[in-house]
Amino acid sequence: MTTKQSATYFPAGVVEEFLPRIGRVVEIQDRQLAVFRASDGTIFAVDNHNPHPKGGPLAEGIVSGHYLYDPLYDWKIDLTTGVVQAPDNGQVQMYPVKVENGQVWIEI
Amino acid sequence: MNGKKENLIIIGNGMAGISTVEQILKLTTRFDITVFGTEPYPNYNRIMLSYVLEGSKTLDDIVLNDLHWYEDYGITLHTGTTVTRIDAETHEVVTEDGTRVPYDKIIIATGSNSFILPVPGHDKQGVVGFRDIADCNVMLDAAKQYKRAAVIGGGLLGLEAAKGLVQLGMEVTVVHLMQDLMERQLDPQASAMLKAELERQGIRFKMGAQTSELLGGERVEGIRFADDSVLNVDFVVMAVGIKPNTAVARESGIEVNRGIVVDDYMQTSLENVYSVGECTEHRGVCYGLVAPLFEQGMILAKHICGVETAPYEGSVVSTKLKISGVDVFSTGEFIDSPEHTVISHKDDWRRTYKKILLRDNKMVGAVLFGDITDSAELQKLIKQQTEMTEELYSSLMGTGCGGHKKTTSVETMAEDEIVCGCNGVTKGTIVDVITNQGLTSVDEIKACTGATRSCGGCKPVVEQILQYVLGDNFSSGAKQGICGCTSMGRDEIVAEIRQKGLQTTKEVMNVLGWSQPEGCSKCRPAINYYLGMIAPDTHEDEKESRFVNERMNANIQKDGTYTVVPRMYGGVTTPADLKRIADVSVKYDVKAVKVTGGQRLDLIGVKKEDLTKVWAELDMPSGYAYAKSLRTVKTCVGSQFCRFGTQDSMAMGARIERKFERLDLPAKFKYAVNGCPRNCAEACTKDIGIVGNDGGWEIFIGGNGGIKARLADSLCKVKTDEELIELCGAIMQYYRETGNYLERTSEWVERMGLEDIRSVVVDNLEERKALMQRIEFALEHVEEPWQKAIRNEEGQSKMFHGIEVSARP
Repeated sequence: MTTKQSATYFPAGVVEEFLPRIGRVVEIQDRQLAVFRASDGTIFAVDNHNPHPKGGPLAEGIVSGHYLYDPLYDWKIDLTTGVVQAPDNGQVQMYPVKVENGQVWIEI
Repeated sequence: MNGKKENLIIIGNGMAGISTVEQILKLTTRFDITVFGTEPYPNYNRIMLSYVLEGSKTLDDIVLNDLHWYEDYGITLHTGTTVTRIDAETHEVVTEDGTRVPYDKIIIATGSNSFILPVPGHDKQGVVGFRDIADCNVMLDAAKQYKRAAVIGGGLLGLEAAKGLVQLGMEVTVVHLMQDLMERQLDPQASAMLKAELERQGIRFKMGAQTSELLGGERVEGIRFADDSVLNVDFVVMAVGIKPNTAVARESGIEVNRGIVVDDYMQTSLENVYSVGECTEHRGVCYGLVAPLFEQGMILAKHICGVETAPYEGSVVSTKLKISGVDVFSTGEFIDSPEHTVISHKDDWRRTYKKILLRDNKMVGAVLFGDITDSAELQKLIKQQTEMTEELYSSLMGTGCGGHKKTTSVETMAEDEIVCGCNGVTKGTIVDVITNQGLTSVDEIKACTGATRSCGGCKPVVEQILQYVLGDNFSSGAKQGICGCTSMGRDEIVAEIRQKGLQTTKEVMNVLGWSQPEGCSKCRPAINYYLGMIAPDTHEDEKESRFVNERMNANIQKDGTYTVVPRMYGGVTTPADLKRIADVSVKYDVKAVKVTGGQRLDLIGVKKEDLTKVWAELDMPSGYAYAKSLRTVKTCVGSQFCRFGTQDSMAMGARIERKFERLDLPAKFKYAVNGCPRNCAEACTKDIGIVGNDGGWEIFIGGNGGIKARLADSLCKVKTDEELIELCGAIMQYYRETGNYLERTSEWVERMGLEDIRSVVVDNLEERKALMQRIEFALEHVEEPWQKAIRNEEGQSKMFHGIEVSARP
């Protein structure tokens, strides 16, 4: 018999906790996430782990629109899908986010 | 669909045949291609044998198509196999061992053989031609064992061979039948100048000498001439000419004259059999140079693939010879006759010579010696039989610049005109890679297309094409259109920011029409820099537009930890500072304490959330080890203690570091101050390197010790410390105002020109003072960043500290 852990939304803080276009690390359960607030207010949450073979974090990258340029290797990542853009390859795990009453919720 | 592929057989594995195959492959895949080559190698660049001979290149360096290339394109290659004849009845080619291979079409590209003088003794040991790798190896071996060599033949090839052997240490005499060297390409004047130059380079000459016999036993020992004189030699290179290799054609009943006769579509007298390259004879001409091969190959490729093409009408041949430093060029009709009007200029001091021949006022030939910058243009003008005008005359024979004219010549060059004759690269190909792949330098074009990689003679034309295509945006070294988001260059962007009073990156990108509204990792930090440079007092720095290191004021490592490098002004510390560094390192479990090249200490492995605490406990200012600003000022001990020191480098170094630190610059900036010319602090690889001496200081700029090392240039000398500081300030401000973001001073100096920089900051005292004022103004607005972060006025703690979500809802 397997127990399936149901996905839950966790409160990550108010929107102001996230500086515009500057990533922030959020730790939920045993995961480390990088959370980005785009200029238009959309919040994205991804695994704070660079899909590049040498790894490293993502939170310190440069955000442009809904794209992220990673801080170590300058890979371009689409924050809406987690897909690394050509000519590179890779995929970052995404976590659904909702904002209610100025509070940010992330689903694990 | 016709499933079966046509069998195309190439007889000959050299440059002409294989370049034709390359052209065919671009057009179609319907051929099953088999290549037969007598030599045991894949296709290599025969022109570069001279470099292999002199030792500057290896065989591997000159291979054009390696074995993988043949595999990749499904080409069956038989090396070391000679095809002896074509059986037109059975439609098969027959090799020397009797193997038969069927064909639908054949291209004969067997090239030429060295012409060996049929004098007695020509078959002794130690006598070679200079045609292929085997010859080259014999020559290299001979150079190791023997001393004296003779090269019979003072033409292109002979002179290349002679120079190569001289480089290998042999005593070389060039023997020539005529009185003038390279009489096929040069007039007597240029020949004489060439001979003089080559004598200076160590080559000896015996002119007007007819070889009658090669003397010696099994091995050659000397040459006897028609006048009975004798030259004692141990080795002989025959470079008297080449003969088209027509053996297979003759054996197959194909029409052969001096070469294999072909029509304007490279077709021989036998159906479905074509020929290209040195083995052919077209309209009575056999070409012995490489450029015509590519022209022929392109036309043949189209024709054989059924693509419409203009017929081959022969090539206007020009020679561009480069024997280490001697530039020689000729084209068209270059020997004077009564019909010609001759324009010529000989300069004995500069050792240059330029002659243009006109017939009926049309340009029909030219010879250049020593300075061949006009060669591309003359080639074009003469090919078109251009009428001579006042304007052309002053451009060609005037001060010798004619810069704008050169661009026009490139402009009117046809797309399929071959620019690089050695590698068959057309103008169209070069323009294509510049526009579609964004290449901006000759080196990039070389890597991509091969142009300029062989003799390098076409480099001026490639540069002209770059200039023409990129227009105002072209300056060697600088990037054009700062990134993919915009086609605007740095100067344009800065001008617009000033004019329109733009204040944020968002405004700039909006107003100037960026393709990505928020830019990218290349342009946003750059624009942020330019904004701050233009308005240091009002600009609000955008943390979100900085690279991680500058944003965090620490260097990120591959595991996500950071390094902390506090200031150590002028590379001098104190026991108290060292103690604090040690204590903090222990407390925060720093993984390594590294002494840096910049003469300070680096604490490695600090966790992001500990950064502000580490900074607070160190209580030392940031060393800006991550920044595009002044990094360090290295010093030597200097006059304070050192017996050689004439100036106090430690004090001056610290003074400079304190004065100019923290200010944003286009790129990182490194200084060194030395107390004497022994230069212990290595000024020569610094952005500004200062060397003290008894009378004052000498300032060097533009050095770089990194991937592309560059020695700094001497800018000027000053007498006082105050002058020194003022010049440093002026140089840095000029760099701030004109440098491209990320451009080191080494590139900036090359781009701007040392003279330009000198005229602005050294010679022009007013401008120097104004620059100094502007940098002082900017310096008033810098702040120590670690203290700022500790104070958390801008919510920086959100950058350093994550959020821990503990509870479940």
